[in-house]
Amino acid sequence: MQGSVPDARDVGSCDSCRMTREDRGLFARSQSDRVILGVAGGIGEKLGVDPVLVRFALGAVTIASGLGIVLYLAAWSFSYEPAAGTVAAPPARMSGWRPVVAMGCIVLGSLLVLRDIGLWTGDTFVWPILIAGAGSTIIWFRSDAAGRARWTAAGGRMVADPAGVFTSTSSRLRLVAGGLFVLFGMTVFLFSHQAAGAAETAVIAVAATAGGFALILTPWIFGLVRDATAERRERIRSEERAEIAAHLHDSVLHTLALIQRGDVPAEVASVARRQERELRAWLNGRPILEESDLRSAIDAMATRVEEMHHVPVDTVVVGDIPLDDAGSAIALACQEAAINAARHSGAGRVSVYVEAEPHAIAAYVRDQGLGFDRDLVPSDRRGISESIIGRMRRLGGTASITSNPGEGTEVQMHVPREAP
Amino acid sequence: MSSPSGRIRVLLVDDHHLFRSGLRAELGDQFEIVGEADDVDTAVAEIARTRPDVVVLDVHLPGGGGQLVIETSLRRHPDIRFLALSVSDAPADVIQVIRAGARGYVTKTVSPDDLATAIRTVHGGDAVFSPRLAGFVLDAFGGNMVDVKDPELDQLTAREREVLRHIARGFTYKEVALRLHLSVKTVETHVSSVLRKLQLSNRHELQRWAADRRMV
Repeated sequence: MQGSVPDARDVGSCDSCRMTREDRGLFARSQSDRVILGVAGGIGEKLGVDPVLVRFALGAVTIASGLGIVLYLAAWSFSYEPAAGTVAAPPARMSGWRPVVAMGCIVLGSLLVLRDIGLWTGDTFVWPILIAGAGSTIIWFRSDAAGRARWTAAGGRMVADPAGVFTSTSSRLRLVAGGLFVLFGMTVFLFSHQAAGAAETAVIAVAATAGGFALILTPWIFGLVRDATAERRERIRSEERAEIAAHLHDSVLHTLALIQRGDVPAEVASVARRQERELRAWLNGRPILEESDLRSAIDAMATRVEEMHHVPVDTVVVGDIPLDDAGSAIALACQEAAINAARHSGAGRVSVYVEAEPHAIAAYVRDQGLGFDRDLVPSDRRGISESIIGRMRRLGGTASITSNPGEGTEVQMHVPREAP
Repeated sequence: MSSPSGRIRVLLVDDHHLFRSGLRAELGDQFEIVGEADDVDTAVAEIARTRPDVVVLDVHLPGGGGQLVIETSLRRHPDIRFLALSVSDAPADVIQVIRAGARGYVTKTVSPDDLATAIRTVHGGDAVFSPRLAGFVLDAFGGNMVDVKDPELDQLTAREREVLRHIARGFTYKEVALRLHLSVKTVETHVSSVLRKLQLSNRHELQRWAADRRMV
């Protein structure tokens, strides 16, 4: 099964990419955001600005003097090609108008310097095209937020409008504003180049119109291609993952289940359970270490309790939500309740049920053990239950305990959460 | 058709020999094990030959999976009951076998007693909902789903939801009945009707839900 263990390969190539960074260049050319050689994309990722801005700057300098091409090639020679198959960490990107203004100032300043020292193709040529280019940039400037919304809406699938340019309201606004810029730039260009002959004028008009269309459509086409490539890569990855998963289901998970059914020491069974849980989490594409959502937090809680007390903790979580304050409190309170059950109830297993709704989370921790009479609670147990109740109260929630001797115990918790 | 001794006739379908023999040892004194199979084709043939009351089968099987066995066999023998047993608790797997016609689903870590109870329940025509399956269904039919366009068939009633919630909390049918002041029969009726909705529902939210969870 060559090449079907992507994570292992990633780990392997990570060492080599650290090496190439020191050996070969200043920054990695972008693989995912690539128009010509991925230089602008790489610079954008390195600096944390939208690559569209970098492209605009390079384009502006190129139009002004041709120096942009030299700059581009120089930047290319200082960059290196990242190892195939590596997935770049998502760049921390500045958002808002600040990087736009900054880049605008840099470009304008550079242009004025170029004009001053005479590296200049001409006022009537540079300024109109610069305006048109700015229009194009406005259209294709994609903020992180817009990108995320697009992927969520499309569910990660290929859509007819990959860049999301013609759908959202703000995109439409940008399209209109950018379109006006392009139109204005082209018009100025035309008027400033009114040549003597009508034939010449017609040629320039056609060229300007074609240029305008190109400015509007080219990034869209590149967006299409790029998204198709990204989508294909993602599909290959998920196919590989599915293949591994099917294989593991048939082998390792089975063995782990067999171990748990067999007559083995509690510690062995709990190790098998933990491994099973981790493997499942990985198979299901959930992170194991970082608990970013409620489901993982509850699973991690169950694993901790199992490891400490060697009592299986069954978890059922309904509703996928990111881990917020309410969720963290619920996970911790569930842990206390589960430890309590594991320690005192004598039950063979503990059931945890958590249901997340938009405005509240409910949780139930239940055992079928000895149960107790509330009036005869040992003081240490009361203390723990108070800490559960207290935790819920601090977030405006409630907790109650139902128990009868011989019928087991259930801790019920309910906590409101801020609407998403 | 029950065996002369009155015991429920069970066929075991699993591609792991060790696991089958384990099951045989655990269930052999309570049920009549009429046969074993280790892939889809053998399973379909054995079901046709032995006509068991209950087929206990793995979700993952060489040759197409448990789903295919259920679909093929139910067409010819609609009175045979299927209980899915799997190491997988991926929602997509579970939902698939249930929709194919399994009357219940338990994970392979189930205790022998619970498994025996599940086989009897399925044989009696009722559905077997493990806490996990109840959780999946609540999740899939979740009240916080964005668009609900198919109200008459697909929505769970408040009562059904309540029953499922209790099962997800780890209560047995009997305990649920006690707590909700219902008869056990009524609880079973609710659960069966949830199962039917799950099987008949053609709303693609169900598929999308499973797909969104990125399960294999």
